[in-house]
Amino acid sequence: MTPNPPHSTNEGLEVRNLSCSREDRDLFSDLSFHLTAGHAIQIEGPNGSGKTTLLRMLCGLRLPDEGGIYWNGHDIAEERALFLSNLNYIGHAHGVKGELTPLENLRVSQSMAARNNTLSLDDALETVGLFGFEDVPSRTLSAGQRRRVALARLLINPVPLWILDEPFTAIDAQGQKQIEDMITSHVLNGGMAILTSHHPLDLSEDHLSSVNLGQ
Amino acid sequence: MTNTSLSNAFITILKRDLTLALRTRSEIANPLIFFVIVVSLFPLAVSPEAGLLRTVAPGVIWVAALLSTMLSLDSIFRSDFEDGSLEQMLLSPHPTTILVLGKVTAHWLVSGLPLILLSPLLGVLLFLPFEAMPALLMTLALGTPVLSLVGAIGVALTVGLRRGGVLLSLLVLPLYIPVLIFASNAIATAAADLSIKGQLYFLAAMLALALTLAPLATAAALRISLR
Repeated sequence: MTPNPPHSTNEGLEVRNLSCSREDRDLFSDLSFHLTAGHAIQIEGPNGSGKTTLLRMLCGLRLPDEGGIYWNGHDIAEERALFLSNLNYIGHAHGVKGELTPLENLRVSQSMAARNNTLSLDDALETVGLFGFEDVPSRTLSAGQRRRVALARLLINPVPLWILDEPFTAIDAQGQKQIEDMITSHVLNGGMAILTSHHPLDLSEDHLSSVNLGQ
Repeated sequence: MTNTSLSNAFITILKRDLTLALRTRSEIANPLIFFVIVVSLFPLAVSPEAGLLRTVAPGVIWVAALLSTMLSLDSIFRSDFEDGSLEQMLLSPHPTTILVLGKVTAHWLVSGLPLILLSPLLGVLLFLPFEAMPALLMTLALGTPVLSLVGAIGVALTVGLRRGGVLLSLLVLPLYIPVLIFASNAIATAAADLSIKGQLYFLAAMLALALTLAPLATAAALRISLR
């Protein structure tokens, strides 16, 4: 298996007629969109409208009730490994272990990934503003700092598709700016991003579209 | 993906879980202390008579080992489920079975291996004859990995439930019974100075079966639990 080199795909992620209901309530139905290289999609909607559920579905963690999700034309349920080697997902629970230091956390994520960047782990931590915190247990960090550790994963695994669930939660204004820059430069360099956030992104309409749930 | 990156992923998970276990020592110590306490209470409660203790020793040690493994089972996936690490593992392009195998190996090294090392001491405490010691060690060496591997399936199935403890015991205990029967029987047979090859082969067969099938079942169960 040879995964596509990053940023060389032109087909991207396609969602066809996706439906989801939960406890007899329709969260969304007949949802379709197509995300291609150099674009970002912002998922909007009130609390409880199914944003997180949609993102988990797009990662293949949850099966759609109806419809399908395709990566470069392949159903993600069938070509799982291929799809996952192109994906970075940071969810609500971001998977940063409190007993491990930020550096150890990143090292684990690095070996879990399919391919790795030349960027060193120390540099990645410095970029997200955690210089000097590499070797303290992550549980002693603040909620925002722990989320930054998770976001540093985006820098060490160079994959085209980022799926981010509320990436700005618990992060201060300066950090939000840094993360916004990370996302915009990823998209402008031909990457793809899907995020749920109430925070406006600094991208022109050519690069950014929005999907509204719960109407 | 190359073989080196696969074994790399296995070793990373193994090292990660061992590091985590070392940093939360009380979690490893609890099941071990439980094991020692249960076994050492028997001479006090039943009778300090050597003949009686010698007869019940294989069963007592194995029941205690089984229960203490059950105590530690939940830790295989619980904390990873709660903080989202499990999601990240399922989203890794590496096969989930390899990662599961790494986690189960770490669990066995932390919970099963110490049981094996402690057991001769407890055997002496219960007047287990010296001839039966190798049998005790061998059955534990073959049996405890089966307990970890099979237990992982149960934990994977119940990790999404808020109170899965009772359900976990109900799911896993019936699968533990064959191991318990053959292992304690082997020790008793060895104490009577008879050959225990049959029992050991059976335990080894169960280990081979568990080692090949349990990671697949666990990976599938994790997918379902996280849905």
